[in-house]
Amino acid sequence: MQSKMKESDPILEVENLSASTDSLPILKGVSLTVYPGEIHAIMGRNGCGKSTLSKIIAGHPSYNITNGDIKFLGENINSLEPEERSQSGIFLGFQYPIEIPGVSNLEFLRVSTNARRKFLNKEELDTFDFEELVKEKLEIVQMDHAFLSRSVNQGFSGGEKKRNEILQMALLEPKIAILDETDSGLDIDALRIVASGIKKISNAETGIILITHYQRLLDEIKPNYVHVMSDGQIIKTGESDLALELEEKGYEWTDNFIKKT
Amino acid sequence: MVNENLVKDVVKEPYKYGFVTDIETEKIEKGLNENIIKLISQKKEEPKFLLDFRLKAFKKWQKMKEPDWAALGYKKIDYQDIIYYSAPKQKEKISSLDEVDPKLLETFDKLGIPLTEQKKLTNVAVDAVFDSVSIATTFREELAEHGVIFCSISEAVKNHPDLIEKYLGTVVPASDNYFAALNSAVFSDGSFVYIPKGVTCPMDLSSYFRINSGDSGQFERTLIIAEESSSVSYLEGCTAPMFDTNTLHAAVVELIALDDASIKYSTVQNWYAGDEEGIGGIFNFVTKRGKCLGKRSKISWSQVETGSAITWKYPSCLLLGEESVGEFYSVALTNNLQQADTGTKMIHIGPKTKSTIVSKGISAGKSKNSYRGLVKMGTKATGSRNYSQCDSMLIGDQASANTFPYIKSQQPNSEIEHEASTCRISEDQLFYLQSRGIEFEEAVSMMVSGFCRDVFNQLPMEFAAEADKLLALKLEGSVG
Repeated sequence: MQSKMKESDPILEVENLSASTDSLPILKGVSLTVYPGEIHAIMGRNGCGKSTLSKIIAGHPSYNITNGDIKFLGENINSLEPEERSQSGIFLGFQYPIEIPGVSNLEFLRVSTNARRKFLNKEELDTFDFEELVKEKLEIVQMDHAFLSRSVNQGFSGGEKKRNEILQMALLEPKIAILDETDSGLDIDALRIVASGIKKISNAETGIILITHYQRLLDEIKPNYVHVMSDGQIIKTGESDLALELEEKGYEWTDNFIKKT
Repeated sequence: MVNENLVKDVVKEPYKYGFVTDIETEKIEKGLNENIIKLISQKKEEPKFLLDFRLKAFKKWQKMKEPDWAALGYKKIDYQDIIYYSAPKQKEKISSLDEVDPKLLETFDKLGIPLTEQKKLTNVAVDAVFDSVSIATTFREELAEHGVIFCSISEAVKNHPDLIEKYLGTVVPASDNYFAALNSAVFSDGSFVYIPKGVTCPMDLSSYFRINSGDSGQFERTLIIAEESSSVSYLEGCTAPMFDTNTLHAAVVELIALDDASIKYSTVQNWYAGDEEGIGGIFNFVTKRGKCLGKRSKISWSQVETGSAITWKYPSCLLLGEESVGEFYSVALTNNLQQADTGTKMIHIGPKTKSTIVSKGISAGKSKNSYRGLVKMGTKATGSRNYSQCDSMLIGDQASANTFPYIKSQQPNSEIEHEASTCRISEDQLFYLQSRGIEFEEAVSMMVSGFCRDVFNQLPMEFAAEADKLLALKLEGSVG
């Protein structure tokens, strides 16, 4: 499928990855390669392993890799801590962003941004310089400054939480962003804001993986590739029209592919 | 917020106050009897009324039983195996700091409490107490210009006996409880503060308590009096060396606020907590109580309790004056085998009195952390209100937390509101912070700080930073 000549090295290579939690296999040999500038969409029923794949790439401690490798910029990252992955440029946008009572959003964003900047040998930002930076990034997601003084995600609406995720992505400037159902629970306006934010942040150097159930996000952000997952495997890969076909025919249609393999 | 790098540096350090100062001390023989008490009183050249106060307290103590109602378990204390007076040997009369043993100054320097004229902390006057005696009090002249008296209680006994006789034991009577009676009989030193009418104390006052000897107890006594329309903020810090034996610390603190006066009393307690197996550490049995005597007077306790093998402490307020206000903000953190039974008593006596209780307990390791609080509305406390919030955070699966709120209301026209919660640091929260590049230990300390935010906001600035660092340090290696 990926027949185009690739001029640069891949950002992310997932090679025949199998993983389990509590000895229950969740991923059963997933392979996926993302090159700079590419947008990949992963679709599939609930429980097919999409979210698990994203968490494993980000280093969630609840899953064990039983086989295969994850390479980031050519290096194997199987054993890296989640914070090391983040610092080096992997970003996971959470399906359900976590609330952290009492921790100010501003301070959280600053500590997080500085961890990434430190890795990049950039100067760490004090409170004042960070305020300047964050002000600029807030516009991308059309968030009010008042969000910063609240506790991390606490009492945020679903849409506010998702925008806060994209704000983090804007601050961290990752090499690859995996956005796990960032569109779920968003109304049309919020979806547009989030989608345009993602487009502004991404460029020819970055890669994006969109995990989604719906075509409507893909209308806003056109993927280069669409992968369909089922039972811990990628069962079909196509270009953006695959998503449309899927929308039309439903996941039952994809069940045929499993029987074939 | 606090400098995160500082937190990180500190996380790697063991208890850094565990050193012992090698200094010649004057100790009296072990044991407790009338002669010992007479000897202490004689050493301190006390007036007769005070010796009588001590002897009366001792008689009461002999008839009392050590309390066992707290959720604490510890080996019985042998009160005859303790030295009740220990003081570094120095010249009889010291006229200036230059005459203080350099070793003592060095000790406080190491603890971050420089006392010398050149290095002393700006805007905080410090009374440094080493074992049984006060070593030095800074900024005395400056304070005196405002009429503020800040000195050791021994000096106050000599120079202001009228005030001592008038107020000592009026908030915490000797018969109040077992440890208060013991303290009243043998108390050695502590701080005395007097803020005259209409004066806002120009700087924070602070006492730093250092236990140095392994076999002597520390029985400090603090008395703070705020006259009409005056106000003061007082800070208290404590550390002790690491010994494999338990050292007894039984303090009494009395606060008195007259009409429109306000006293803010903040503590960061970091006595040695014992090692991971629970060997050694301070037994901390403390009676702290404030009396809001005057109308619209206010007493606010804030405490960060991180040390001691055992903590038994209930800073309380007696709200007598109409519209007087009592507050209690507490963070108590226990790790390893530490045990804390702490809380407050808000006794509403006068009408339209108001109290607020915010307690945050954090238990890690195999520790045991209990909140115990009493809110009482007396028959005359009409239109009075209390709000209590008690939250517990558990770290790991072997720690325990208890909440014992007692409510007694004899006044139907009063309100009592109580909220309680227990939470655990979840793996998902940790993963979320980590996936944003924040290291594991820093993530834990961020969440703990967040949990304590409501209380830290009440602490004076430098104390809040110190408290944050301390919690990070105490939790090192306790998660995961």
